[in-house]
Amino acid sequence: MSTSVALIGGCALITAAIKSVGPIALGGRELPDWFSSLVVLLAPALLAALVVTQALADGDRLAAGPDTAGVVAGGLVVFKTGSIIGCVVVAAALTAGLRAL
Amino acid sequence: MVSVSFGVLAETAGLSPLAAIVMSAIVYAGSAQFTAIAIIAGGGGVGAALAAAALINSRFLAMGAALGPSLPGNAASRAAQGQTVVDASWVLASRGDGTFDRNMLFGSSAIQYVTWLSGTVVGALAGDVLGDPEKLGLDAVYPAFFLALLVSEARSGRPLGVAALGGAIALALVPIAPAGVPVLVASVAALVGLTRSARADARRKAEGR
Repeated sequence: MSTSVALIGGCALITAAIKSVGPIALGGRELPDWFSSLVVLLAPALLAALVVTQALADGDRLAAGPDTAGVVAGGLVVFKTGSIIGCVVVAAALTAGLRAL
Repeated sequence: MVSVSFGVLAETAGLSPLAAIVMSAIVYAGSAQFTAIAIIAGGGGVGAALAAAALINSRFLAMGAALGPSLPGNAASRAAQGQTVVDASWVLASRGDGTFDRNMLFGSSAIQYVTWLSGTVVGALAGDVLGDPEKLGLDAVYPAFFLALLVSEARSGRPLGVAALGGAIALALVPIAPAGVPVLVASVAALVGLTRSARADARRKAEGR
């Protein structure tokens, strides 16, 4: 339980602090260009890392499984149709289907 | 769907249904919640989970700064109003000329808050009924959701290169670094992308274009 409290409390405080900084300290002032560019590039770096560490790894070893196939299929769906929901549904359905075989 | 998945999957990180609901109620930042939960579920520590959540939230710094001049009141009041920013409400409130419609911001954020919270409640309570999340393929929901966000953000050019580098760094570190750390280190890819952009700009200037 203490892990949950630390995780949830910490996450709430960090999010609230980050959302406060912009309107208070930076209101009306331009952020330096490099900072905005860095923020824009942080998302793809982190998202890609999250995708591969979950779809291609199991703990501390690399492993492909039904979930890998599901995520790849979901990726094709969002690439073709742009639908986030479609991507998630296809990924879960294919993963569950392959596991049921 | 995404909020329901969050409710179900929070259990895989050891959160009770109540804890999952409280998290959605007081954090209200979907990608940060998913990131933190995913790292804990993968065996990472609270520190790594919070650091990754902070990095993924860093876009709110830029969004808040853009929003600042459109919010009236003193600092505390502006900070409170800033809490209503989520990606979609910020986009909807943007008038396209650098100013923001704060009523649109509050309204769209309120609707999404209700959807996000009620979805989490459904997922958290359904978790017990549904049984093993892996059997339903729900463990593929996190990476699929992140991949969907990635595809909508980085289809080509610099972001795509940064994504490839970030993914490669994380994969290389999985066997040797503690869980959660590979994702944090992958953020270095953004710095690499930034210095490359800066060099390209400098070169263009030097060539007088």
